[in-house]
Amino acid sequence: MIRFAINRLLQAIPVLLVVISVTFLLVHSAPGGPFSADKAVPPEVARALEAQYQLDQPLWQQYISYLGDVITGDFGPSFKYPGRTVNELIAAGFPVTAELALYAMLVALVIGIGAGVVAAMRPNTMQDYIPMSAAMLGICMPSFLLGPILVLIFGIHLEWVPISGWGDIPGDKILPAITLGTGYAAYIARLSRGGMLEVLSQDYIRTARAKGLSESLIITKHALRGGLIPVVAFLGPAFAGLLGGSFVVETIFQIPGLGRFYVASAFNRDYTMILGMTIFFATLIILFNLLSDLLALQLNPKLRQQARGSH
Amino acid sequence: MALLEVNGLRIHFHTRNGVVKAVDDVSFSVDCGQTLAIVGESGSGKSVICYSLLDLLPKPPAVIEGGSALFDNEDLLTCSADRMRQFRGNHIAMIFQDPMTSLNPFLSIGEQLIEPLIYHPHKSLRLGRNDARAEAIDLLREVGIVNPESRFNSYPHEFSGGMRQRAMIAMALISKPRLLICDEPTTALDVTIQAQILRLIKNLQKTRDVAVIFISHDLGVVAGIADHVLVMCDGKVQEQNNTDAIFYQSQSDYTKQLLSAIPQGAKTTANRSQPGAPLVEVSNLKTHFRDLSIAANKSSSQEHMIKAVDDVSLSIQKGEILGLVGESGSGKSTLGRSILQLVPPIAGNISFEGAELTALSSNQLTPYRRKLQMIFQDPYASLNPRMTVYETLAEPLLYHGLANRKTVSQQVQLLMDDVGLARSSMRKYPHEFSGGQRQRIAIGRAIATEPEFIIADEPVSALDVTIQAQILALIVDLVERHNLTMLFISHDLSVVRYICDRVVVMQHGKLVEQGNTEQLWAEPQQEYTRQLLAAIPAADPVQERQRWGRH
Amino acid sequence: MEASSQSTEQHSSLWLDAWLKLRKNRLALFGFAALIILCAVSLLTPWIAPYGYEQQDLMLGATPPSLEHWLGTDIFGRDMLTRIMYGGRVSLMVGFIATAVALVIGILWGAIAGFVGGRVDALMMRIVDILYALPFMIFIVLLMVVFGRNILLLFVAIGAVEWLTMARIVRGQVMALRKQEFIEAAYSMGLSQWAIIRRHIIPNTLGPVIVYTTLTIPSVMLLEAFLSFLGLGIQPPQSSWGLLINYGVETMEEYPWLLIFPGVTLSLTLFALNFLGDGLRDALDPRAAKD
Repeated sequence: MIRFAINRLLQAIPVLLVVISVTFLLVHSAPGGPFSADKAVPPEVARALEAQYQLDQPLWQQYISYLGDVITGDFGPSFKYPGRTVNELIAAGFPVTAELALYAMLVALVIGIGAGVVAAMRPNTMQDYIPMSAAMLGICMPSFLLGPILVLIFGIHLEWVPISGWGDIPGDKILPAITLGTGYAAYIARLSRGGMLEVLSQDYIRTARAKGLSESLIITKHALRGGLIPVVAFLGPAFAGLLGGSFVVETIFQIPGLGRFYVASAFNRDYTMILGMTIFFATLIILFNLLSDLLALQLNPKLRQQARGSH
Repeated sequence: MALLEVNGLRIHFHTRNGVVKAVDDVSFSVDCGQTLAIVGESGSGKSVICYSLLDLLPKPPAVIEGGSALFDNEDLLTCSADRMRQFRGNHIAMIFQDPMTSLNPFLSIGEQLIEPLIYHPHKSLRLGRNDARAEAIDLLREVGIVNPESRFNSYPHEFSGGMRQRAMIAMALISKPRLLICDEPTTALDVTIQAQILRLIKNLQKTRDVAVIFISHDLGVVAGIADHVLVMCDGKVQEQNNTDAIFYQSQSDYTKQLLSAIPQGAKTTANRSQPGAPLVEVSNLKTHFRDLSIAANKSSSQEHMIKAVDDVSLSIQKGEILGLVGESGSGKSTLGRSILQLVPPIAGNISFEGAELTALSSNQLTPYRRKLQMIFQDPYASLNPRMTVYETLAEPLLYHGLANRKTVSQQVQLLMDDVGLARSSMRKYPHEFSGGQRQRIAIGRAIATEPEFIIADEPVSALDVTIQAQILALIVDLVERHNLTMLFISHDLSVVRYICDRVVVMQHGKLVEQGNTEQLWAEPQQEYTRQLLAAIPAADPVQERQRWGRH
Repeated sequence: MEASSQSTEQHSSLWLDAWLKLRKNRLALFGFAALIILCAVSLLTPWIAPYGYEQQDLMLGATPPSLEHWLGTDIFGRDMLTRIMYGGRVSLMVGFIATAVALVIGILWGAIAGFVGGRVDALMMRIVDILYALPFMIFIVLLMVVFGRNILLLFVAIGAVEWLTMARIVRGQVMALRKQEFIEAAYSMGLSQWAIIRRHIIPNTLGPVIVYTTLTIPSVMLLEAFLSFLGLGIQPPQSSWGLLINYGVETMEEYPWLLIFPGVTLSLTLFALNFLGDGLRDALDPRAAKD
């Protein structure tokens, strides 16, 4: 297992390098720089600022020096928020986004797995149709539609929960987490239903029944392990999606997280912020994928032996 | 008073195409310490009966229309779900056909073994984990698994097929049931392992005084083990009697048909092999595969190779039918595929009509492909599901220029006549045919190009025994009429004896013995050959009992 | 080619079987009908829309649904039904074209990886795995910002994300097929690689490809709506459902219908397409055909 983890981490380095390089090129090839959009800045001042931020040097030189900085963990200063470094800004915004993503993931897993397992126990009956139709609805209603509608109903008309902010008023984390998590809950519900149905039709479930085990034991001890494999495989992409989805949710609910920063930085051409956050996100996702792969290995004894070989 | 008494059992399946009477008025009884064999081909309803006893049938399609199944005077068919759970595993246990899929791959063997003990429905009878573990280890030893303490923590995929089935038997017997139902437990096993498992079941029955219901499609297997036999076809009971009566004085036509379909004795048709230079000559052939299941700790530089074919040499005369026998993993299939260059050998020579096949490029090989054909084992997988019979048979004719657009239809019809298919089904798709008919189509495709040499890789192993007899007759007939040379690969020694002139025996990739069929049967030279021959179940109860007694 | 058959045998190809199964699935049929209607309406929009796209009535302002304006008007007095119809054209167009891009790349990639196998396959699928795990949302955002809001690039960017799943599906199917004995039989018959691909592999791969194409379209439309909502997708004066929802959110307290109608339309469309895709998947499942 450890060998596997180290292997994957080593593989991650060239991936990150590619991510950094591609992002660097993309960002610098965009028309206009961070200071050209500011009409209020006179040209000489702009040039001086550019010199200060080393933007007047040839591209490859900027690239090398940036790489050097990254290795030491320094993402540089932010262009748009003078006096503050990218590291600071990331450190400020990340805990918020992380918490949002965590709650959303919890919502997604609990509701999703629960609904999927319940549906798989009695396929093609009401116990199946109702959760799965709800799941379909969840998939078809994007977060930027669900969010405002939830806000409209529960926030404005019923006034049950607050509609913006994070951590200021108790309960203001509920709507954002639900909004972000619902789409994923729906998808996970379908995945776990599919996985459970597949497992429940296997011979070894019949053997377990023939041994006289109770239905609940069969589901929890025998079926879940195999049935949740597609869900575990989905965890990595789900996490990546949650990070992306946070952009929208943070915008709607006025949450001071990284997602909102990212979109703003992209518009503002804040090079260092964009680069820094992209690298940060990419690293997070790679780590999370590694964790979920390790989890999959742990659950499946056959895979553990076949750490090499056909994929 | 019988332990189990089934009366007038009727079970129907409600499918999309109508109601299927899977079990139609079946009655039988089983006493303690006795073995009842239920024999029938696929679709006879034999498994359905036993699944209904433990309420394992999928209830929406299956409906129990009538009858009773009294176990110790309690009707299994109408008892409550809770009561049924008490029966399962404790009073009545079941073992299944394929031990690989019937064991949970995610849990250790030991964990699955102790479940009936630690989750016993009567809370007072539940054992603690340590006690259960001790009992399980004892039982594993009893069923013949060495090193049971360490094997307790192994996973199913770490066991061989025979060991898995032993573990399943242990799992079934751990709660000391009174009735053991065995659903084709040896069908998926090699013939030598099958013999061991049958012996094991028989011994356990004696020591534990259990009643056994043994389901099988193979009359030979049950000859030695059963006290009574129930013969079924299409859901109805054909005949029911004690074993000797069934085998020696069978009353029903179906039973007689079953018995006569079992290949027995030597080849009756003449040996047509021509002397002179052999048609096919294999020299020092080696085909290796990379082992993909190496443990994660082994270093990658030391790649494990599976020597599927390990330095094999043989020759086949024109007009001869050569049998190639071996158990699973012997490499016989790989040898066949290597000869046809479907799997590239890494060393050795294969010459056909004097031409060296391994030296040819794929383009140069094409004209030879006409003359070398193959019949595959699985009638479901060997036909393209999206092509009609017509298209499947026309393809080789058109591709090799043996027919043009105008004449191909006529030739396809002639082919269909040749293999015994109705011309009117020309535009049907494979899934509309039965297994035997599909195999006829596959055979038709193989002879379409008028080949000289055909490799038949287990062509009848997936078929019911009566169909098997028909297809074997077809093959023998075609070989004669079309002057074919054949390499007949099989694990079934009776079949091989019945149609092959010479036999080659393989084990673990190596050639063990070869020779004229009858000579081999009478005087096998190698120990492995002797083991193989000794393990063949004979459809002769007296003979089988003698064999058991000899042990 | 005339078969001298005395009796006409009822034969059913797997396609016919699938069609019969699909017909029984009412939800899938609803999806199919909805798709047809949607495409028809979108094509005919310039002729059947009740008002002009740009037609404003500033005096009117935003009004709730009425007889003259079935879905109400927005703050510039523009008819919502018209705007939704025109928005639908764009959303559907993006959906189809981006799906086509994903389809082409995905099928080629997956088929080559699956058919060639070995190291080539290992490398190609490793790339897919890595890309699958990356924050593509982020790259798309970057791309859109960098290269301007070019609708062509939008297609390419979205297609570039969605081809991964298709590649996996195709590769999986091709690999499973390669192990089937009828492919070996084709080889032993002497068929060339190309003939085998054309006659045996492709017809048996069409099923899953069709299913996932139908499921990719709503996924792509969702992605476009997402981007448009962020201001990175379709730009005014054009509009898509995503943009309309964006405007609707801004004024949702006072004029909720500006959010609800585009939102419901988008959701219903996605609903219909997903049901159709699910129905197709069930109908084409070869396992069920065996009984």
